[in-house]
Amino acid sequence: MSVATRMAPATLGLGTLVVVGAALEALIRGGAINRYIVPLPSQVLLAFERIVVEENVVHRFLLTTAETLVAGALITIVGVALGLLLNRVHLLRAACETWVAAFASAPIVLMYPLFLVIFGRSAVTIVMMGFVAALPPVILKTLEGLAATRSVLVNVGRSFNLTPAQMFWKIMLPAALPTMFVGLRLGLIFAMINIVGVEFLINFGGLGQLINELAERYDLPGTYAAIGFVVLVSVLFFYVTERIERWLRPA
Amino acid sequence: MSAPTAISADVRTSAQQVGFVGVENIVKRFVTPEGTVCAVDDVSFDVRHGEFLSIIGPSGCGKSTLFNIIGGLLGDYEGRVTVGGETIRGTHAAIGMVFQEESTFPWRNVLENVAFPLEISGLPKAERHERARHFIGLVGLDGFERRHPAELSGGMRQRVAIARTLAAAPQILLMDEPFAALDEQTRLLLGDKVLQIQQSLKQTTLLITHNITEAVQLSDRILVMTYRPGRVKRIVDIELPRPRTSEIVSSTAFGHHVAEIWNDLREEASRGMRDEEAHARHRGAL
Repeated sequence: MSVATRMAPATLGLGTLVVVGAALEALIRGGAINRYIVPLPSQVLLAFERIVVEENVVHRFLLTTAETLVAGALITIVGVALGLLLNRVHLLRAACETWVAAFASAPIVLMYPLFLVIFGRSAVTIVMMGFVAALPPVILKTLEGLAATRSVLVNVGRSFNLTPAQMFWKIMLPAALPTMFVGLRLGLIFAMINIVGVEFLINFGGLGQLINELAERYDLPGTYAAIGFVVLVSVLFFYVTERIERWLRPA
Repeated sequence: MSAPTAISADVRTSAQQVGFVGVENIVKRFVTPEGTVCAVDDVSFDVRHGEFLSIIGPSGCGKSTLFNIIGGLLGDYEGRVTVGGETIRGTHAAIGMVFQEESTFPWRNVLENVAFPLEISGLPKAERHERARHFIGLVGLDGFERRHPAELSGGMRQRVAIARTLAAAPQILLMDEPFAALDEQTRLLLGDKVLQIQQSLKQTTLLITHNITEAVQLSDRILVMTYRPGRVKRIVDIELPRPRTSEIVSSTAFGHHVAEIWNDLREEASRGMRDEEAHARHRGAL
């Protein structure tokens, strides 16, 4: 694959961003969009430097990233374990799968007062909110991945007299990994949305708190720039999980 | 899952004269919503040491059920399966299975796929890779060791599956329509490859197929099964010279054997077709 072909998706993605930004700039400057509601993209770009220098955004970025990382580790350990349990105990699966799916669509973020009572106004509340909200997709996708393992692969394992542990580590898990990673990526997105949301609501911690403060000051370019950092956290986690998946399952 | 059992050397030697694999009075019934269906009814035959035996029959004659019973993947049947005179239940180290469906592990490259059974048996990495390379060469895939299945054709993937099974050094190679998903030319050429391997390893081989040409090209004997319930209709000796290649398909004797098998199969296949039509009409009427 040539360098040009390899770079094409990234170039197209960045190009699209530039074109949309330029179009937005033109529409705002032309008066089609109210500049008091949507700030000029050029002002947002300039605000990046300002929030780095004046608002300590790097520290806040690292704080939100760390909270998402802890929540991500928790959903991986607990979510995958629960998915495995539901896959092994059919009665439990039949009893709980629908409830887990229903839980996935519940607006967990609204439960933040309860978490505040339990854990106090601290990073633990923020992490636990992210963890609880992100758990269902990890459980469901782990379950789906394991259940969808092609029976012929299991039969190959049986024909080679694999022990149950070998069957799990050598066949079931690698076969289920792509679907499990879809769940983990979804889970991380859910976790991050809830973490930033709770930071915003309780005015505590990382980027969510910063967005709250900037919005309160009606600093719209700064608010959008801070949201840009939230997107950066998401991109970072997406990139890292993709790398881990490729490392664990090369093809 | 039962543990593999070893077969004693004495038994193995004596088995070379008589049936090495014995299938005795196998009956298998399935319970379905429409009632109990007898898939295989009192099937008995044996496979001699180093022999290539094919089982042929129309769809629904219980071929795959027999494959699963002999391979130990299906239990709860009457009768018994023996290897070297010893009754076996469950999967067995002496039997290596090649499946109809694509069965390579997509996350492993060719070398790792073929080395899989050696890895399970705890062979050191260098040694298992060396042995795996030997079997990769045997199926003609030298140079593809680092490729993943997604980068290979269907025929190549099936050769990887065969090499992986052979790497476990089974005494009996059990194959269930391994070329069913391939085109006719690839099927003939892969048949050549299987013949070469079988002849060089003197591998006792049992092939399940519905393809008459394939069965005649490869086999020493062909067992023809009846449509449901699956019974042994006839066992035909294939008196074609060995070593064989796919060029044999143009010989008169080959054509004679194909016609002979088809004469046996035609009635069964027609019965199967009528039965399926009747079922479809019944379903439509409901």
